[in-house]
Amino acid sequence: MGLGNDQSRRLLSRMAVNDKHGENSPYFDGWKAYDRDPFHPTNNLHGVIQMGLAENQLCFDLIQEWMKNHPEASICTPEGLNQFRDVAIFQDYHGLPKFRKGVANFMSKVRGGRVKFDEDRVVMSGGATGANEVIMFCLANPGDAFLIPTPYYPAYARDLCWRTGVQIIPVHTDSSNNFQITREALETAYNKAQQDNINVKGLLITNPSNPLGTTLDRDTMKSLVSFINEKNIHLVCDEIYAATVFNKPSFVSVSEIMQEVDFCNKDLIHIVYSLSKDMGFPGFRVGIVYSYNDSVVSCARKMSSFGLVSSQTQHMLAFMLLDDDFVNKFLIESSRRLAKRHSLFTEGLEKMGVTCLPSNAGLFCWMNLRSLLEEQTVEGEMKLWRVIVNEVKLNISPGSSFSCSKAGWFRVCFANMDDETVKVALRRIKAFVGKEAEKAKNVIKRRQRSINGLRIISSSSSSKRFDESWAISPHSTHIMSPHSPIPHSPLVKVT
Amino acid sequence: MGLLSRKATCNSHGQDSSYFLGWQEYEKNPYDEVLNPKGIIQMGLAENQLSFDLLESWLAKNPDVSAFKKDGNSIFRELALFQDYHGLPAFKKALVDFMAEIRGNKVTFDPNHIVLTAGSTSANETLMFCLADHGDAFLLPTPYYPGFDRDLKWRTGVEIVPIQCISSNNFQITESALQRAYQDAQTRNLTVKGVLLTNPSNPLGTTMTRNELNLLIDFISDKADMHLISDEIYSGTVFDSPAFVSVVEILKERNLLKDSDSDVWNRVHVVYSLSKDLGLPGFRVGAIYSQNDTVVSAATKMSSFGLVSSQTQYLLSAMLGDKNFAKNYISENKQRLKRRQKMLVSGLKKAGISCLKSNAGLFCWVDMRHLLQSNTFEAEMELWKKIVYDVRLNISPGSSCHCTEPGWFRLCFANMSEDTLDLAMKRLKAFVAESAGGNGRRKSIIGHSSGKKKSPTKWVFRLSSRDREQGDR
Repeated sequence: MGLGNDQSRRLLSRMAVNDKHGENSPYFDGWKAYDRDPFHPTNNLHGVIQMGLAENQLCFDLIQEWMKNHPEASICTPEGLNQFRDVAIFQDYHGLPKFRKGVANFMSKVRGGRVKFDEDRVVMSGGATGANEVIMFCLANPGDAFLIPTPYYPAYARDLCWRTGVQIIPVHTDSSNNFQITREALETAYNKAQQDNINVKGLLITNPSNPLGTTLDRDTMKSLVSFINEKNIHLVCDEIYAATVFNKPSFVSVSEIMQEVDFCNKDLIHIVYSLSKDMGFPGFRVGIVYSYNDSVVSCARKMSSFGLVSSQTQHMLAFMLLDDDFVNKFLIESSRRLAKRHSLFTEGLEKMGVTCLPSNAGLFCWMNLRSLLEEQTVEGEMKLWRVIVNEVKLNISPGSSFSCSKAGWFRVCFANMDDETVKVALRRIKAFVGKEAEKAKNVIKRRQRSINGLRIISSSSSSKRFDESWAISPHSTHIMSPHSPIPHSPLVKVT
Repeated sequence: MGLLSRKATCNSHGQDSSYFLGWQEYEKNPYDEVLNPKGIIQMGLAENQLSFDLLESWLAKNPDVSAFKKDGNSIFRELALFQDYHGLPAFKKALVDFMAEIRGNKVTFDPNHIVLTAGSTSANETLMFCLADHGDAFLLPTPYYPGFDRDLKWRTGVEIVPIQCISSNNFQITESALQRAYQDAQTRNLTVKGVLLTNPSNPLGTTMTRNELNLLIDFISDKADMHLISDEIYSGTVFDSPAFVSVVEILKERNLLKDSDSDVWNRVHVVYSLSKDLGLPGFRVGAIYSQNDTVVSAATKMSSFGLVSSQTQYLLSAMLGDKNFAKNYISENKQRLKRRQKMLVSGLKKAGISCLKSNAGLFCWVDMRHLLQSNTFEAEMELWKKIVYDVRLNISPGSSCHCTEPGWFRLCFANMSEDTLDLAMKRLKAFVAESAGGNGRRKSIIGHSSGKKKSPTKWVFRLSSRDREQGDR
């Protein structure tokens, strides 16, 4: 680099040199381990299995089949080439009308047709990452705050706060009631903010929840709507996992509540959406801001200039999402496969005495490993985590990275691999849990024998921050972003 | 406490300017050769529509790309999952090679120093976020692209201080203008973080001279924290001499690249995009090139908010990776642009209108000062309205580009057929002839009163009732 940090600080903006992008979190050490030694069913059976990436890889065959049968959806095929120039030139930030119609149509079907969406309120963004940032820019000034129930998606720190200057105020939830959001918790967080002279602009929820994998019930949704309405603050609902609901209870979107109640000020309600999880297309960068507030729609649309969806992608998705037959079949099949995968994983875990929070959605489980902690603290959790990453060789995500208030919970993704890999992961967990059980028995025995107790062998410090060298793996000359997959995909080699 | 943010309720997105009003009128009454031959001809859109056939024929010859196949295997899944903000390596390589080719391979670019963004709209904003704090300023030579008011200022809180350029020396940047701008900023208590130039220039259509580039490099050289951003989005549209000289070439010539004693290389950044050279604004492909590792690192993380779609990266990596194709495209595209520009220039000449001598871009900077009732911006607006409503040509008034002298207009030539351009020139010629002979008795087709300046609030109301993407440069 050639320049010390000090010089960078004057030369560049504060934003460029602070670490509010959140990527210095120890959370990314897991990526380091995975990137250095990625699991492969034939080439590297003992590698680290990636269970930290919430991707939906279960239904590509359905989409590929559709694409094969609809060459006109691509502007590069002989069938679609005649559309090439019109699409290539199209940069209107309103988006291709058919694309917006397709998105509104899809969003409606995901909610069982119980809600109708207005295509004129569909605004594009650079993935949900872009959508969340845009909504903050529209609703809040620097220094304002949004309440967010814990545990929550780690990258909210970057998406909602980094460039916007907005701050997050966590609303604590507890395992004692399955991490449900209570009115008390909301009031506590809100009141504390008032006392601290912090201007709360709204509440942001992820429903279905990441990392919990649960959906909010109707009563809770109504209660949240009534809370924000009372305080006259916004409600942003990140419904990015809406179509990953695979079991009852069925999903209750805020849009349904809007149809049912009449006391709510619609200007306070906004939905963030994306196709990255429901359809498994994170690479296509399809984010959506859907607001019931006209000014927000207008402002977000202007801001979408900074992250429009490629017209090539809009064009393709317009065809796909307006194919009712395909969408209906896809949604049913996707749910079915997710349910099956979820069962395979959770039943396997149950057999070895490992429990997860009961869940009906998402691409992951919220696993309870509290009994394996040496201490019920963040340090204890991080210590266990390092063992799981480095010895059990599973990259899972520690609850502390989600700001969970109780130590010992881990998010484990299950939809980004095949069945065989799931079974390998389960075998490893079984072996580990068995070993830990043995260890625990021995510890108790020794404690009973010795006066001074154990000598605790501490591993490398749990507060270690990762340094830049993590990114340079012996396998690739390519430095991966924290959200990227497949280090050995054919795409990362330059031919 | 306002319900929304200040950013949502202010006007800094810049979309209430006259520039966009013309769009609105065009939208209401767009020219169509068959369906609406009396409609408004769009000359306010800097798009390159001249070379699509070249891209289409390449696609027709390369079916594997459309089938998401690489070496016979489907890579659809990998593409759908690929969201690494470092970008597709093959695409970045192809892109930097393309950029080098445009510069006659006099300079090369390192793919590890390229950051992909959703169009140069996003690239420019991202650079502001990385280089300047809220309230800092950048100096920009006028006239400049109207969209900069949004891209550089809106969400970043950065200020633009103009470097006033004038027609007497063909709008070139002078030392005194530069110093005056810098002083102006000091007086306003603004910390200047650098200069942003567009080279080739929009709206002038000229390439920057070596003198000007050297002047700017000297200017930032001795000021420790100053940057130079060169937006080279039109670099592939240089169709005539003098040849394009990129700021990177100057650095190389003056031995100011990395490993030299000076740190200037660390403060010069290039912005690029495929929207103009390849005519693909819909694909949202922008890039930041910088030798400054911290900037690359921060900008890369920020690109999360606007990544380039992986399927688009893949398509373009194949297309631009075909070196023969890329080379031929660049050359053929320039020929077509040159021919089209000549058509516009001679058409204007026939109407007694001259323009700034240009060698690049998708537009001409046209001198209509002699058609003004008075040497004022009010008169410029009057003339502009006549041209939009009566002559039915949507052109861009110089004031929307922050030009200091009234009477200049930007007219685009690459976004229409030859016949349409021809018609536009005929209409203009007729208008000039009538204006000279008719003593201004021409009736408006659309009943707008001339001579009375519309209040800003009325404009705002009309614009916001039918927003439209102005997207153009």
